[in-house]
Amino acid sequence: MVALPDPEDFTRELLVASNSDRGRLLQYLHAIQQRYSHIPETSVHQLALALRLSESRIRGVIGFYSFLHDTPRGDYDILFSDSITDHMLGSRVLLGDLCTRLGVEPGLPRADGRVTVDVTSCTGMCDQGPAILINGQAVTRLDNFRISSIAALIENLTPLDEWPSELFEVQDNIRRADILLSRGSCGGGALRALVEKGADTIFGEIATSGLRGRGGAGFNTAMKWKFCRAARDDEMNDRVVICNADEGEPGTFKDRVLLNSHADDVFEGMTLCAGIIGARHGYLYLRGEYLYMKHALEETLAQRRRDGLLGQNILGQAGFDFDIEIHLGAGAYVCGEESALIESLEGKRGVPRVRPPFPVTHGYLGKPTVVNNVETFMAAAKIALEGANWFRAVGTEQSTGTKLHSISGDCDRPGIYEFPFGVSIQQVLEECGAADTLAVQVAGAAGSTIPPAEFHRSIAFEDISSGGSFMVFGRHRDLLDMVQNFSRFFVHESCGFCTPCRVGGVLLKDLVDKVHAGRAGTADIQELHRIGTVVKLTSHCGLGTEAANPVLDTLGKFPSIYEKHLTQADYQPAFDLDAALQDARDLSGRDDAGAHIRTDL
Amino acid sequence: MTEKLKLATASLCGCFGCHMSLLDIDERILELVQLVEFDRSPFTDIKKIGHCDIGIIEGGVANAENVEVLREFRAHCKVLIAFGACAINGGIPAMRNQFELKECLEESYVDGIGVYNRMIPDDPEIPMLLNKVHPIHEVVQIDHFLPGCPPSGDAIWTFLTGLIEGRPVSLPYGQIRYD
Repeated sequence: MVALPDPEDFTRELLVASNSDRGRLLQYLHAIQQRYSHIPETSVHQLALALRLSESRIRGVIGFYSFLHDTPRGDYDILFSDSITDHMLGSRVLLGDLCTRLGVEPGLPRADGRVTVDVTSCTGMCDQGPAILINGQAVTRLDNFRISSIAALIENLTPLDEWPSELFEVQDNIRRADILLSRGSCGGGALRALVEKGADTIFGEIATSGLRGRGGAGFNTAMKWKFCRAARDDEMNDRVVICNADEGEPGTFKDRVLLNSHADDVFEGMTLCAGIIGARHGYLYLRGEYLYMKHALEETLAQRRRDGLLGQNILGQAGFDFDIEIHLGAGAYVCGEESALIESLEGKRGVPRVRPPFPVTHGYLGKPTVVNNVETFMAAAKIALEGANWFRAVGTEQSTGTKLHSISGDCDRPGIYEFPFGVSIQQVLEECGAADTLAVQVAGAAGSTIPPAEFHRSIAFEDISSGGSFMVFGRHRDLLDMVQNFSRFFVHESCGFCTPCRVGGVLLKDLVDKVHAGRAGTADIQELHRIGTVVKLTSHCGLGTEAANPVLDTLGKFPSIYEKHLTQADYQPAFDLDAALQDARDLSGRDDAGAHIRTDL
Repeated sequence: MTEKLKLATASLCGCFGCHMSLLDIDERILELVQLVEFDRSPFTDIKKIGHCDIGIIEGGVANAENVEVLREFRAHCKVLIAFGACAINGGIPAMRNQFELKECLEESYVDGIGVYNRMIPDDPEIPMLLNKVHPIHEVVQIDHFLPGCPPSGDAIWTFLTGLIEGRPVSLPYGQIRYD
C-alpha cells in the first residue's frame, strides 16, 4: 500500500477546498473514512474546530452511520450484503470460506491490519448476488472461484485499481421495458418543452398525468410541487430539489439501474421540477453502496452543464439557474425517509423529523423542498416531453403509468421489469420464470408477504402498493428465515430515537430467534403479536411502524411457519441454561453438582 | 373475609432497591397485610417458598442459584411479576454482558488492584455465574412487568391493589415517568 498523507493535512485540504461547510460534515467524514479506513482522532478535533461543532456531535454522526468507524478497519474492508436473497444464493457459506482463507474473524480486522470481513444491509445487487463491497466498490456474482481470487489478490497486496475489471462488472438486467425504459433519452427535450410551452402548461401536464411518487407512498407529485411552489411568496427561487437515491429497501435495485443507464433523464426531471417550482439548488442523495457510480454521474452532470442544460441561464433563459450536487449516504436505511434524508444532507445523524411541518414548506436548511424518488423524476421528464395522455394510456385509474420492479429470489430471470400498474402478482411470476412459489415479499422488508391464494391481486396503489421490491420464495424455503433476516435488519437500522422501535425491535428479533431455535411455546407467539402491535402503533416514523410487518403479516398468513418450530411445552427458556455455565466451569475448574443447573425442579 | 392471598418476594441479581421501594408504601403496608400474607420474602425470612398466589421477582438472572430460585417461584406462584428494571432488562448487572466472563472474573480476582491470593474462586459454596446476565422472562414465563429503577412506592401500591382486587391495572402517567 502507498504511504498515506498525514490525516491532519488531508482533513485541512478538504476543509479549505469547500470553505469549511458544516452541511458537508458527512461528506468530509466519508472522504476521510475512504482514505484512512476510519476517522482519526485528529480529524475529529480539526473538524470540530473548523465547523464550530462539539466533538461529541461529530462522534455522534460517526456512530450513526454504519460505513463510518472510529477505529481502523482492514486496508481491504469487505462487506457482504446480508439481504435474504444473498443468503438464498449462498452468501453465508462464501463468507465463512473467505474468512477461513484469510484467517479473520467476521467484523474484526486481521492482526496485521490487512483486511476486515463483515456484513452490511442489502447492497442492491439482489439479481446478481451474492454481492460484496470492497472499500466501497461492488463485486457481484460471487462463487468459490471469485472468493479464492479475491483472497489471493488481498494476500498479494494487489491495489484495488489493479484488480481484474470483470470483478467489478454490474449488470442492468432489464428484462421488460415498457413506456419509460423503451424510449431513448429526453436529451433536453423536456426542458425545451418547458421553455417553449411555459411552466404552467407543463405543470398542467404533470397534474393531468396523475403521476404519484414511486418510492412507495404514492403521494401525488403535482400536488407536492404545487405546495412547494406556494410555500414562499418570493422571487428568490430559494427552494430545493432533492432526488432520493437512498435505495435501501432490501430487494430494491431499480434506482441503481436508472442511475446507471438513464441518469440523464433523472437529472432532466430534477431540472424540470426546479424550473416549475423555482429552485436553484438540487441534490442527488446517493446511497453509499452506490459509490462506484459517483464518478460517471459527475460526468453526466458535467456534460449537461456543457450542453446548457444545467448551471446558469439554462437553455439561454435568463434567470433559469439550477445545479445539482451529489451527496453520499453512509449506510443508513432510515435516511430513505425524506426528513431523515434531509437531516443527513445537512450533515447530521439521520433521525426523522417530527412532521408537520413537511419538507415542502420546511425542508433542507428550512427551505421549501421537494424530495422525490429517482423513478418519479424520470417519469416527470418523460411526461413533459410526451404529454399526460401518453402516460395515462397505461396503468389504472388511480395508478397511472408504469412501475419498475426489482425482481429477485427463486425465479429463472431476476432483474428489472417495467409493468403497467395493475399487473397481477401471478403475471409477474410467470414473466420472471418463477414456478412453485411459496410466497412473494412485495415492497421489501417493510412491505407485505403475499401467499399463493392472493396472487390474483394487483400491484397498484388501489391494492398492493410497492416501491419496487419483489422477492420470490420457492416452495423449498422456510419463510421463517426471511422473517428472521428482516427482524435483524430492522434492529440494525433503527435510528434509536424512539423506544418502541429501538427496544421493541430487539424484543421481536429475540423472540423470532427463539422460535427459529425451536425453543418457543404458544405464550411466545402471543407475545410476538402483542409487541408487534405496540411497535406498529407507537413508533415515531415509518421505519418503526413497519418494522413489525414481517412478523405480523406472516403470523396472520403463514402461521404454520411458526407452529412447526414450536415446542410442546408452554414455555422454554430462551437459551440453554446449563451450557451458559460452561465458561464458569472452565474458568473455575469445577464440575460438582452445584456447577450444573438442577434438573429436578 | 375469605382466606388472604399469599405473596412471596425475592431479589435475584438486583440491589434490593425495589424491595426498599416496596417499603416506601409506608403505612399502607398495614393495609397490605390485611389483604395478603407474606410467604418467602426478605421481610419474613422464610427460606422455602410454599404455594402462593403472587410472586414478585426483583433482579435479573446472573447465576445458577438465581435460576433455581426463579424456577421455584414459577412452580409455586400462580402469578409471577418482573419487578423493576433489572428483572425486566437485566439492568446494571447486565452491563457485564459486553465483556467475556473470563475478563470479568480476572478483573475481580486476578488482575484487580490490591487483590491477594489471586485465583478464580472454585469453592462449591459459590453459585456458578452464567456467561451472560438475562432478564427473567428469558428463563421462565412472566405474567406482569412493573417498570422502574425502582418502581415508586405509589406505582407498587397502584399495581398490587389492582392485582389483588382483580382489576385491570392502569398506572397514572406520573407513576411511570422517570425524569
